Amino acid sequence: MYELRFNENDCLSCPTQDCLTKCQYMDIDRDTAKREILKIAHSEDSYVLHDCVTCYACEEYCPAHNHPFYLIAEKQEELDFPPLPRPLIQRGINIGVPFRGEPEINEVEGRVLNMGAFADHMYLIQGKLFESLPVISTDPRKMFHYFCQLMYLHYARTSVIKERLPKIIETIAKHKVTEVIFFHDECYGTYTSYCPAVGIDVPFKPVHFFEFLYNRLNELKNEIKLVDLKVAYQRPCSSRLSSDKLHFVADIFNLIGADYVRREYVDENALCCGGTIQGQRREGSRKRAAEVQKRNIEDMKNAGAEVCVFNCPACYQTLGEMVARNGIRPIFMSDLCRLAIGEQPAGWR
Amino acid sequence: MDSVYQALADIVGNEHVSNRPEELYIYSFDLGTTEPHRPDYAVSPRTTEEIQEIVRLANRERIPVVALGGGLSLAGLAVPFKGGILMDLKRMDSILEVNERARYVVVECGVSQGQLTSYLERHYPYLTHSEPGAPPTATIVGNLAIHGQGDLAQPYGFNSDMVNGLEVVLPTGEVCRFGSCSIGNSWFTQHPLPDVGIFLGWLGTTGIITKASLRLFPCKKIRGTGQFVVEDERLVPEVMYKLSHTQMVEDIVAYSQAIPPFASGLQHFTINMAADSEKELEFKQEIVFDDTLGEYIQRGEGGFLGFTRGLQRPQVSKTSDWRKGGGFEYVGSIMPVEKYPECYRRGREISERHDIPYTVLGRCIGAAHAMMFSWTYAFNRADPETIRQAKEALHETDDLALELGGTVWKPGLYGQKLVMERLDPNTLNLMKKIKQLLDPNGIMNPGNWEVG
Repeated sequence: MYELRFNENDCLSCPTQDCLTKCQYMDIDRDTAKREILKIAHSEDSYVLHDCVTCYACEEYCPAHNHPFYLIAEKQEELDFPPLPRPLIQRGINIGVPFRGEPEINEVEGRVLNMGAFADHMYLIQGKLFESLPVISTDPRKMFHYFCQLMYLHYARTSVIKERLPKIIETIAKHKVTEVIFFHDECYGTYTSYCPAVGIDVPFKPVHFFEFLYNRLNELKNEIKLVDLKVAYQRPCSSRLSSDKLHFVADIFNLIGADYVRREYVDENALCCGGTIQGQRREGSRKRAAEVQKRNIEDMKNAGAEVCVFNCPACYQTLGEMVARNGIRPIFMSDLCRLAIGEQPAGWR
Repeated sequence: MDSVYQALADIVGNEHVSNRPEELYIYSFDLGTTEPHRPDYAVSPRTTEEIQEIVRLANRERIPVVALGGGLSLAGLAVPFKGGILMDLKRMDSILEVNERARYVVVECGVSQGQLTSYLERHYPYLTHSEPGAPPTATIVGNLAIHGQGDLAQPYGFNSDMVNGLEVVLPTGEVCRFGSCSIGNSWFTQHPLPDVGIFLGWLGTTGIITKASLRLFPCKKIRGTGQFVVEDERLVPEVMYKLSHTQMVEDIVAYSQAIPPFASGLQHFTINMAADSEKELEFKQEIVFDDTLGEYIQRGEGGFLGFTRGLQRPQVSKTSDWRKGGGFEYVGSIMPVEKYPECYRRGREISERHDIPYTVLGRCIGAAHAMMFSWTYAFNRADPETIRQAKEALHETDDLALELGGTVWKPGLYGQKLVMERLDPNTLNLMKKIKQLLDPNGIMNPGNWEVG
């Protein structure tokens, strides 16, 4: 069975305890943080296990890359402190069950774009940017064969991830792919962060979607018409697993002439969309999520954002209508890039 | 030339009558499992007067008359079992009046749910009606005639409780009006005049409703759906009871289904709420999701899945069609809410026995006075074996609905037989007398409610 590579000594020698002291949802000093993370490592009860909003951010904060969030999720499961009510966990586990037969396997022998569990978002990968790029997981009926499973970190069910993920990797590998561009950060994070953390082999090279978009835009540089929009970016939780790729957000905006507005809740301080928080078991979770969402959107407004850029469909579903109601147009990153090369964005609302 | 055909053509015009096999074929079946039966004529009148003349003709010739609205009951209620004249009422599609202040609408019998919804959205955005889960082509009057319910059932009950008046062509051709319209006033109330409740629930066997006045209700600026889920089906009745106690929700539907897998083994609630301002919406969400459902969430027994603005109407029928081949039929029942757990468990057993992915749903009616509980069975229209399986499952479920202490809603022939076997003899006798009085020649939708 796959085991999390967590080194307690890294926490003992850590000078900052950033994993918990930087947490935006809990107020924790350094001493408390050290005590609590060690309690968690020893499978003891810690209030952190109960109060964690599962935003993934501590994975980024940890200077030793010691995987504090994966540890929290494992211990929540081991000690039976689920962050969500049981029916939501069962529902979540059910969601990932494929039920419409086996996928068609086309052998690609090269680079491919994987839509993962977002085959119903194929409209977001149209136009020149995606010309000649083979795509896998294009059928919403079969997309759960490509579902990276990492969502179950929110559900404290790492056992489900470990059980199902090898089969997903096997399905992707059957396409004879060498490089896989992942439409969603979460998939990219699965194969570049989670798999190494628990010892699952990945037989292809993962490519971040934004890196791909940036490179394609450069290839089409002559066709770029500067968009002249003030943009904010809704950073998804899973982006915390690939913070080395976050610079592509600013790089893309810079390349297409979008004005990346200065915000308080940006980059490391980005706020969760609230989608997971609202369903949590703790008292007041719905209001807590609403408060985070309000703070987030007010920050966008104060910064003068005209457009809120998303990459995660779940963030878009949670916040898209809300930002629109506040006078900020929601758009997916790929659509913004298409706009920049003179194409009509499919999902522009 | 066929003399009946010619007489019908004289009434409605040549273009609105047919005896051509390909058109009769279209009218020979509905979308459920009922065996098809062709009518001899299909006719599409435009006025009450034309309907009167057709009914008089049918009486003279002793020809059955079957009135058809949207044709979406699925239970074979407008299948012409004994041939005759199939009267398609869709041309009677005028919205005659909307009284904004008294909140009612008068419609002809062919007006569809979707037509009224879009008309109100466009012209009277502060008014709405209780739209059922059927596709938008279902008619307002057809739904009233079967005691349908819609997405305002929780506060206001059955759609047939929202009737302010009716115009009916009797089986012998006379036109009767009921409610305030019958004394020459506007169509604002059914009460307190003598209530002649012999047209709703009779499945077109006592007359043809040609006009209806339907109550409308306030339509708030923000409408949306909250979702909640529990694992334990035994919690559903108390959750429904507590939600209805808040008097803050417009619709409560609980459902569970094998496909897609997320819903399997779980009981989901869709909870419609409406508000005129953010303040009102937040207040209601606090009462409903935090105060009322919070205890389940904190115990880990129930989960809040969020609130989505904007209603997708209709909601219910979208959940029913999960099997290759596109067919489904359901048994609807009107059932005490407390029976939900048993309805779910026993229905699931029936589905599994017949190798059909289970789909069940309970919609709260009134302040949890009852629910409409349905068991849906999918089948492949191109595969007679799956149709046979579904039919068997439907019959078993009709039995189950009555065994559990409910009544079958819009029963097909099998369900009607079961109900009549259990009916109080005096009631049955009264039904016979009414039927003989109104329809002495037995021409109205024969086969249905055949009391004697």
